[in-house]
Amino acid sequence: MTTVAPSRARRIADLVGRARELGIVVALALVIIPTAFVNPRFVEAQGIRDLLLNASVVAVLAAGQTLVVVTRNVDLSVGSTLGLSAFLTAQTFADHPDTPIVLGLLVGVGVGLVCGVVNGLLVAVGRVPSLVVTLGTLYVFRGVDFALAQGTQINASNLPDELLDLGNGRLFGVPVLVLITLAVVAAAALYLRSYRSGRDLYAIGSNPEAAVLAGIPVPRRVFTAFLLSGAVAGLAGALWVARYGTVDAAAGTGLELQVVAAVVVGGVAIFGGSGTVVGAALGALLLGTIASCLVVLRIPAFWQQAISGALLIGAITVDRLLALRLARELRGRSDHDA
Amino acid sequence: MTPRPAVTTLVLLLSGAVALAGCSGTSKNSAQSNAPAAGSTGAADPNAKIKEGLKITFLPKAVNNPYFTVAQKGSDEAASAIKAELKATGPSEASASSQVTYINTAAQQKQNALVLSANDANAVAPALKTARSQGVKVVTFDSDAAPDARDVFVNQATTQEIATIQVKMIADATGGQGEIAILSATPNATNQNAWIEIMKTELAKPANAGLKLVETAYGNDDDQTSFQKTQGLLQAHPNLKGIISPTTVGVAAAARYLSSSEYKGKVALTGLGTPNQMRDYVKDGTVKSFALWDPSKLGYLAVYAAGALASGQITGAEGEKFKAGDLGDYTLGAKGELVLGPPTEFTASNIDQFNF
Repeated sequence: MTTVAPSRARRIADLVGRARELGIVVALALVIIPTAFVNPRFVEAQGIRDLLLNASVVAVLAAGQTLVVVTRNVDLSVGSTLGLSAFLTAQTFADHPDTPIVLGLLVGVGVGLVCGVVNGLLVAVGRVPSLVVTLGTLYVFRGVDFALAQGTQINASNLPDELLDLGNGRLFGVPVLVLITLAVVAAAALYLRSYRSGRDLYAIGSNPEAAVLAGIPVPRRVFTAFLLSGAVAGLAGALWVARYGTVDAAAGTGLELQVVAAVVVGGVAIFGGSGTVVGAALGALLLGTIASCLVVLRIPAFWQQAISGALLIGAITVDRLLALRLARELRGRSDHDA
Repeated sequence: MTPRPAVTTLVLLLSGAVALAGCSGTSKNSAQSNAPAAGSTGAADPNAKIKEGLKITFLPKAVNNPYFTVAQKGSDEAASAIKAELKATGPSEASASSQVTYINTAAQQKQNALVLSANDANAVAPALKTARSQGVKVVTFDSDAAPDARDVFVNQATTQEIATIQVKMIADATGGQGEIAILSATPNATNQNAWIEIMKTELAKPANAGLKLVETAYGNDDDQTSFQKTQGLLQAHPNLKGIISPTTVGVAAAARYLSSSEYKGKVALTGLGTPNQMRDYVKDGTVKSFALWDPSKLGYLAVYAAGALASGQITGAEGEKFKAGDLGDYTLGAKGELVLGPPTEFTASNIDQFNF
C-alpha cells in the first residue's frame, strides 16, 4: 500500500461525502422556496419551528441508526424500542408524578439500552444477520409493549406539566426538543468522526474481514453500535411522550422505515462503510419537510404517499449514481497505483 | 364463573321483558319476511331465553386501540351477565384485510356469535358470509360491514346525530362564521366518511351559511401524521377559524398541537374524543366542547344483541325487540340496525364526571 493513494482516495471520498450533504441542503431549498412562494406561512417562525420539530424524533433515531448502518448492519427494531420506551416512560410519570424529568428521561434511555443489549448480543455474539435479528425484535418489543399496555392509553392529563413543557418549551426561541436533537446529532457525529472506536465502525462496514485482520474487536464494536442505537431510540421514546402527550402501545409503529429512509437519503451507504450522522439528520429533515410541504400545497391525501415514495427513489438513484462514480474513480486510482 | 343470584334475577327479568315484547307486535310472519336470507335460522322467538355458555368472539379494529379496550370492558360485563364465554382477539393494525383470518378462526372454532367493528365494510364481507353460513351470528358495532354480511349492526348513535352535534359545536365555538376544516382518520373509514357526508349536508343549510368547509385532511389515526396535517391545514388556510376532528386520535393530536402553537385560542377545535384524553385541553381552553358516546355501553349492547341472536330471540329483522340488561329495551331498526343513544357533549363543566 502506498501512502499517496489512500489520502487521495480519502479526499475524493470526503468530497463526495460533502457533496451528498450539500445535495440534501440544495434539495431542501428546492422544496422549501417554491412552497414558501405559494404559502408564506410555511417559512414564518411557527412554520419553521414545526418543520424542525416534525423532523426531530426521526433525526434522533437516524443518528443512532447511522452508527449501526456504517457497520454494514441495520436496526429495524427502533420503532418498537421507541414505542416500548415511550410507554414505560409515560407509565413511570403517570404512577409517580413527582419523578424528576431527568430521571424519567433516563428510564426511557434505560429501556432502550436493554433493547440494544438484546439486539447487540444476538448480532455480535450470536452472529445472526442483523436484518433477521432486528426484524424479530421489532415484533418482540412491540409484543412486550402490547402486553404491558393491555390496550390502555396514557393521556396528557396523567403526565406532569414539566414533561409536557419539554415538548412545547423554547430556549431563545428554539424549541427545547430541537436543541436536544442537535446535541444527540453532534455527539454521535463527534464520536464517528474523532474517536478511534468510532472510526473502527467505518472500517468494519467497509470490509469486515479486513477489519478483523487489522485487529479491530469487531464483535465488541458492533455490540456497542447496537447498544447506542437502542439507547438513542429509548431517549427518542421519552421525547415522543413529551411531544405528543398521548401514548398507547402503538406509538412509533412503522417509524423504522422512515428512519432507514432518512439515513439512506442522507447519504449513508446501506452496505456500510460511509456516510455521516449530519447527513442522516439532514435526510430526516428533508423527508419531514417534503411531507409537510405536500400537505401545505394541498396535494390530495391519496397522492402524498406515492409522491413521497417517488422522491425517495429519486434521492437514492442520485446517491447510487454518485457512489458508482466514486467507486470507478477509486478503482481507477488503485489500478494506476498497481 | 361463579353463579350469582343477580344473574338469575336478570334472566327472569329478561324473559319477562321478552314476553312483553312478543305481545307488542313482532309477529313471526313479519320477522320471517324481513329476515336476511343468508344465515337466518328462521323465525324469531321473542320468548326464548338467552342461552347460557354461549361462545362469543369479540373482534375490535385493532387490539391495542384504547377506544376498543373501553368497549371490551362493557362487553365483558355483558358476557358475565348472560353467562357467555367471551374471547377477545384481533389484529394489531387496523388495515382493511387484517380481520379476515380472525373471522375465519371464529367460524372454525364454532363460536356462537362474532362481535366486531369492521375495518373495511367490504373486505370482511366474504369471510363474514362464510361464517354466517356455518351458523355464526354476526354483530357489527362502531363501524359496519356490508349489511348483507351481518345480522345486526349496533350503531353508537345515528350517523345523523353524530354529524349534527359536531356541526353544532363548531358553530358554537366559532360564532357560526368563518372557514372550517375536517381532520379525519383514514380516507376509507366507513363511519368517518358517512359522518363527513352528513356534515356537508348540514353545512349547506341556511342556518350554517356563515361556515365554509375548505378542506378535509386525513391523519390516518397516527399522532405524527395528524400533527402534520393539522399544521398543514393551519398554514394552507390563514383564515381558518375551526377544525372538526371526528376521530379520537386526530382530535387529541390536533388539541396537543394547537395548545402548544401560536394558533391557540384563535382556531377552535371540536370533534369526537374521550374525556380522559381531552381533559387537559378543555381545561386550558384549547377545546370548548367535544362529544362521544360511552364505548363501554356500546360493547355491552353489542354482546347482548349477539346473545339475543344466538338464542333465537331476534333474527335481525326490523321491529324485533329485546332487553339489553341495564340499558333497557331496544328495537331493531331498518336493515338490522340498533342505535345506542344520542352522543354526550363534554364541556369544562361536566368533563370531570366521566372517566374513560
